[in-house]
This record gives sequence, structure tokens and C-alpha cells, in this order.
Amino acid sequence: MMDFWIILTAVLVASACSILGCFLILRRMALVGDAISHAVLPGIAIAFLMSGTRDSMWMLLGATAFGLLTVFLIQTLQTSGLQSDASIGIVFTALFAVGVLLISLNAQHIDLDLDCVLFGEIAYVPWDTWTLGGADMGPRAVWMLGITLTVILLLMGLFYKQFKICAFDPAMAAACGIPVLLFHYLLMGMVSMTAVSSFESVGAILVVGMLIIPAATAYLLTNRLGVMIGLSVAAGIVSAISGYLISYLLDASIAGCIVSVAGILFILALLLSPSHGLIAKFARRREAQAA
Amino acid sequence: MLDWLISLWSDPNTRWILLGCTLLGLGSGVIGSFTFLRRESLLGDTLAHAALPGVCIAFMLGEVKSVSLFLIGALLAGIAAVLCVSAISRWTRIKPDAAMGIVLTFFFGIGTVMLTHIQHSGSGSQSGLDKYLFGQAAAMVTGDVYTLMGVSVLLILAAMLLFKEFKLISFDPGFARGIGLPVGLLEHTMLILTTVAVAAGIQAVGVVLVAALLITPAAAARYWTDRLPAMLAFAGLFGAISGASGAAISTLGEGIPTGPVTVLAATLLFAVSLLFAPGRGLAAKALRHRALKADYARTANTGALEAAEGGSRK
Amino acid sequence: MNKQSEQHPSAAPLKVSGITVAYQKKAVVENVSFTLPEGRLVALIGPNGAGKSTLLKATLGLVPSIAGEVSIYGDTYKKMRSRVGYVPQRESVDWDFPTDALDVVMMGRYGHLGWIKRPGRREKELAMSTLEKVGMADFAQRQISQLSGGQQQRVFLARALVQEADLYFMDEPFAGVDAATEKAIIALLGELKAAGKTVLVVHHDLSTVEEYFDHVLLLNKKLIAAGPTETTFTPELLHETYGGKLAIVSSNGREALVGE
Repeated sequence: MMDFWIILTAVLVASACSILGCFLILRRMALVGDAISHAVLPGIAIAFLMSGTRDSMWMLLGATAFGLLTVFLIQTLQTSGLQSDASIGIVFTALFAVGVLLISLNAQHIDLDLDCVLFGEIAYVPWDTWTLGGADMGPRAVWMLGITLTVILLLMGLFYKQFKICAFDPAMAAACGIPVLLFHYLLMGMVSMTAVSSFESVGAILVVGMLIIPAATAYLLTNRLGVMIGLSVAAGIVSAISGYLISYLLDASIAGCIVSVAGILFILALLLSPSHGLIAKFARRREAQAA
Repeated sequence: MLDWLISLWSDPNTRWILLGCTLLGLGSGVIGSFTFLRRESLLGDTLAHAALPGVCIAFMLGEVKSVSLFLIGALLAGIAAVLCVSAISRWTRIKPDAAMGIVLTFFFGIGTVMLTHIQHSGSGSQSGLDKYLFGQAAAMVTGDVYTLMGVSVLLILAAMLLFKEFKLISFDPGFARGIGLPVGLLEHTMLILTTVAVAAGIQAVGVVLVAALLITPAAAARYWTDRLPAMLAFAGLFGAISGASGAAISTLGEGIPTGPVTVLAATLLFAVSLLFAPGRGLAAKALRHRALKADYARTANTGALEAAEGGSRK
Repeated sequence: MNKQSEQHPSAAPLKVSGITVAYQKKAVVENVSFTLPEGRLVALIGPNGAGKSTLLKATLGLVPSIAGEVSIYGDTYKKMRSRVGYVPQRESVDWDFPTDALDVVMMGRYGHLGWIKRPGRREKELAMSTLEKVGMADFAQRQISQLSGGQQQRVFLARALVQEADLYFMDEPFAGVDAATEKAIIALLGELKAAGKTVLVVHHDLSTVEEYFDHVLLLNKKLIAAGPTETTFTPELLHETYGGKLAIVSSNGREALVGE
């Protein structure tokens, strides 16, 4: 049963991240995802301090707000003329620093290990259960991730065409009357929610891996956005399950193994993809030279 | 207040750490100015995360915690990571930012696997590896501080010696190649210096925050001047102030970590620069923009009148 | 309809008054006012950096203007958005995006579909017939990065056409296209004109202005002149627009103007 909960958590993280990751890499915002996943830390810490518990809804709301604040600050700095990567770097390190400081100063009130901030501890997920009216409802992380994934599926299902055109050609989207900024913040809000709900299970850094790597793998395999999203989720889920098994064999971090497997799948796609793989590319080049 | 400052200086261990962090801030600020101008600000972040497997391998080979060994491991892993990023973005349709994200997290993921493997095998608890990753300057011993100071001095000297070459490859690599500079070699030198700064900085502020040592002081410095030598001086100064405040303030209480305080000090300097720097600061810009807007609003009114007349003539 | 709007200039397809765009401290478009007549092909010309694209984007509200007003068919752009079609510069999007030509054209319908509705068979048929019109039907399923520059431009045009607008803005549609595409674009412009639509085109090639366009706007930060091609596209006014950067080349006994 423990294994089941851990694998379910990993699969939920992988699915939520893989869907959003496609849009992040197509909009060249991979590193904004990175920034958000770090910058939600002060939100988590403040939610802890205010509610005094690990109450999921508080945490989800508080930290999602910080994710959106990150995006807003990055954009403000960019429009004021600072280069985009410097804006990202300044904002996320500052917010992460605030988070670490809050946790260190209130160590007796915040039951959050700093190790866990970086690496996550998915193995503890089954023990941290949510009780409602005395009844054990199952692991809290599964609930949070379940809610997040539902929101993502709902919004993506309803507004797929808007998200797509905003990613492909925002100027055209704006000229069509689509509120580009609204969809931008909706996407960023979903990334923040995912970062928050995955935080304790896979940690700040590996959540970025799950956002970017499966999506990039899928990007190398197809020329259709719908297929790309499907392949990305598949790659994410395969990494989650096989990563778990490998971590069992190596006696090492589950989250680390999951991201490593995702990375290996990426390398395979990089080499072997029939359309964009390096081997096919070099073979084609050689053919062209021979001809 | 005065007592506190005196106590900082009178305790030899604290004094060394304070000096080490100040020099580190200075060195990273200077090197960071070049990476900032080359629009590679987040390179530091990639290097820091990618260092983890290198540090773990160094530990497994050496079986001891040695800062210089860690530095070498971090250096090699960092260079491997940068090569991977440029290979992915050159040979596939994946854009550089995503390539960076992939390499950063993949290296860190593998590093995590190694780290937990080491910890579970027992020797990890004494390894000091976790301290190294999160950055706790107070945990450094005198030997570490020497290494840190040596590295910082090296960074500053290199930046001074190669100043005009670095300036040229940051501004216009094509031209630099045209006049016969070994651009590839210089770029690699700069990359190695950045990696060294990062590897040293991890110890003081931690994996996640080390990027800020390179970016934030340099970005703040850019607001004060349009001349590179002055920018390097400002960046070095801001870095040094941040490093010193981080080390000093963290002595105030048991639970105050050096890294976040250092980074927040740098961010504060950045915010002040962003808002109030003369010329390039936001306040100065807003004033100018308002004057301009008022100016055009007047001319536009007369223009609209003319247009209305022109339209009816048609 | 056509006649009526000429009698009431307030209902002209596009009326711009006193628009000014400034980045930092410099104005890039300064106090520009003009009115477009209905059913004409209009070229917006001027040297590099004259603010042509910026003027177009400011008109569409894609970049903020610090002064001035825009009215489209006598109303605000927001209300008249469905009557406007826009063809951005080809470089403005990522052609590696995972999508095919047909799909890009269908995006032109998104504005009409409203919030929730997805493109269906009707949209697909419309997109397909439009691709046929621009001679791209054979490439409908082709990934967009595998199209040539001219083919990409035709896909963009088709996307604007399915918007079924009355006023079109095109940002350098002729830039870097092959002869076949240029011909296809000209034929399309002709069809649009015949259907009473108004088209504003940012144009670079001075040698084809007289052949392709009825009306010109000469811009160099400020509007130098606006009017019918015969009376406005004159060497004197061009000199004023381009300053010294213009040469008049005489070949085959016919004068040609070469910008920059």
C-alpha cells in the first residue's frame, strides 16, 4: 500500500508537470518555471506560520500567490529594461532567500526540513495523511496533487486553443481579442500550484526537471502539439514508475532517480528520434553528401 | 552595536570568515559583471546545480571532505554541463533556456542519487557534504577560508590582467576574433573562472543562491555607470558589502544562515539602484517619460485638429 | 457602402489622429495623423527605422502609444476587432512550433469562435479552401518549419484571410519571398480590393509601389505625405522621406527608385 501511494504521487507529479512543461518550453519560459518552483518557498513558509499547520488549502493558495508574484516581478524588471535571464536570477534567489530565512528563524514552528526543500521526500508521503472529521482520507500530497491536476485538465480542456495561440503567436492572439495576459497568468498560476503541491514530494529543483525534461523529450519526437502533450505525459509517467523501482534497487533518493530516468529518456530521444534525432540527422547529412 | 562590531573582529575565526566572505563577494561581483554583460546570467545557476555530481564523485574518490577536491570536482562537472547545454541547443531545435533547464536538473538529479547513496552507506554523515550544499560559512574551518580567499584573489587578478580581452569578447566576440584574439580560449578561461567562483560560493551561500552572487551585484552596478571599469568597481563593492553583511549578521543568532542574508543584502542594494540610481534608475526615467508625454500630448492636440480638417477636405 | 463612407469620413476604415510612440526618451513615431479611404491598397513606406512596423502595432494597440487616437469604421479598435485582420512579420513567431500549415490557418478563426468553442469541421473546410486560394493546399499537413520562406508567408496570409475581415494590416509580406509567392500575394491583394476591402501594407521595394498600390503613406518618424500614388509617390516627396539615402536609377528608359 505504501508503494502504491508513493507511485501514485509520483505519477500525479509527472502528469501535471509534463502537460504544463510543453507550454513552458514552447514559450521559451523554461527558466521561469525554474524560478517559480524556488520562489514559492516563502509562500509555503508564511502559510505555515499563519495557519500553524500543514493545512493544504492555505499552503496551496499562499504559495501560488508567491508564484504569481515572481512572474510579475520578473516581468516588471524586464519591462524596465533589465535582461530577462538576469531578472529571473535576481527575483528567484531573493525570494528563495526570504523563504530559507523564514524557515531557519522559525525552525521550532515550521516542521519543514531544509533538505526536503531541495530534494523532497516522497517516501514520507504515505505517512502524512489528511484527516477529515476523524476519518483518514489518504495522503495529503495525493489530494493536493489531485486537485492541481484536475484544475490543469479542466483549464487546458476548456481553453486549449487560447493557450496554443498565445504560445505560438501572442501578437496575433492579442489582435484577435484574446486576453493574452490573462492566459499568461493562468498558465503561471497552474505552474505555481504544481510547484507547491509537488514541493514536499520531489523538492524545488526536481520539480523543474519534471516540468522541462519530459516535454523536451516529446518535442524531439513529434510535430503536433496534441501529440507532444500526450508523449510528454507518457515520458513523465514512465520515468516516475521506473525511477521508483530503480531507487529501490540503488537505495537512493526516489525523486533523484525519477529525474535521472527522465534524463535518460531524453538522451534516447535525442539520439534515436526518427525526425529530430542526432543519428538520423547525421545519416541524412551523409546521404546528402554522397548524392 | 559597537560591541558587536568589536566582537566580530576580536574573534579570530569570525574575522577570517568575515574577510573570506567579503573577498568572495568582491571576486564574484567582478566576474559576474562579465557574465551579466554576455547575457549568460543564469550560467551560474546551471554550474552550481551541475556541480553536485562532481562534488559527490570527488568525495567518493577521496573519502574525505576537502574543499579543494570539491572545487576540482565541481569545476569538471560544470564544464561538462556547459558543453552539454551548447551541444543540445546547437544540434536540436530545443532552445537554450530549455537546454539549460534539462542539463541543470538532470545533473542535479544524478547528484541527488549519488548523495543519498553516500549518505545511506554511512560515511555521509561526517562528510560535511550537506553543509557544503546549503552553504554555512560559519561551518568553515580555517583551511577552507584560505582556499576561499585564494580563489577570490585569483578571480580579481585574472579580471584585472585580462580586462581588455574580456571586455572585447563580452561586447563583440566577432570583432575580437577579427583582430586575432583567441576568442575560444578566452571564453573558456572566463567559463573556468565563473565555475571557480560558483564552486567557492556554494560553500558560503548554498547551491540555489550562489547564482545571486554573480548576477545581483553586477545588475545593480549597471544602473550607476555606463563605463565598464566603474561597473566592475561598483559590482565588486556591492558584492563585498553583501558578503560582509551576510557573514556579520549571521553571527547575531544561532539560526541565522549566511547565504540568505548575503543574497538579501545584495537584493536590497539592487532595489535601491533600480529605483534611485541617477540617469538609469526608474525614478529618473519616470520623470523624464512624464515630461515627454506632456510634451507630446500638447502637440498631439494640435495634430488632431489638423487631421480633422484634413479629413473633411477629402 | 463604399460611397457612403466616403461621404462621411468619420466612418473611414481607419482614421489615426496624432499618434505618438516613444521608447525611453526618444519618439519613434511622432504625431502621425491620416485617414485611409475604403477599398484601396495602401503602401506604408519609409526608410529603415522610420517606425513603420511600430506605427502598425500602435494602431492595433500591440505597443502602447503615449498620445493619439485610432478609430476603425468610426469606432474603437476594441469594438471593431472582428473586422480587422493582421499579418505580422514572419520572424515574429517560432517556426519550430509543433503544428502544421492547416492548423496555423485555423488559428485565424479563434477570434470568431469565442471562449470555449473549438474549431470544428466548418473551420477546417474554410482553412483548407483558403490554403487552396494561396496555392498551398498540397502543404496543408506539412510541419511549418519545413516550408520555405515564401510558403510560410502564404500560410500567414491565409490565416489572415480566414478572419474574413474588412481592413487588413500586413507587415512586410513581400520580405524575402520568392517570385511565385510575390505573384500569389499580388493576386490576393487584387481580390481583396475587388471585394471592397482595405489593405495597409508595410512595403520596402520602391520599384513596385506604383504597380501594386493605389495609395501611399510616406513615413519617416513623422508622416511626410499621404495620398493617391500618382500625386504622392513623387521624387520630391520621396527625397524628403528618405533624405540622402535614395538613388534614382534609370534603366530601359524608365526611371526606378531605389531606397537605401
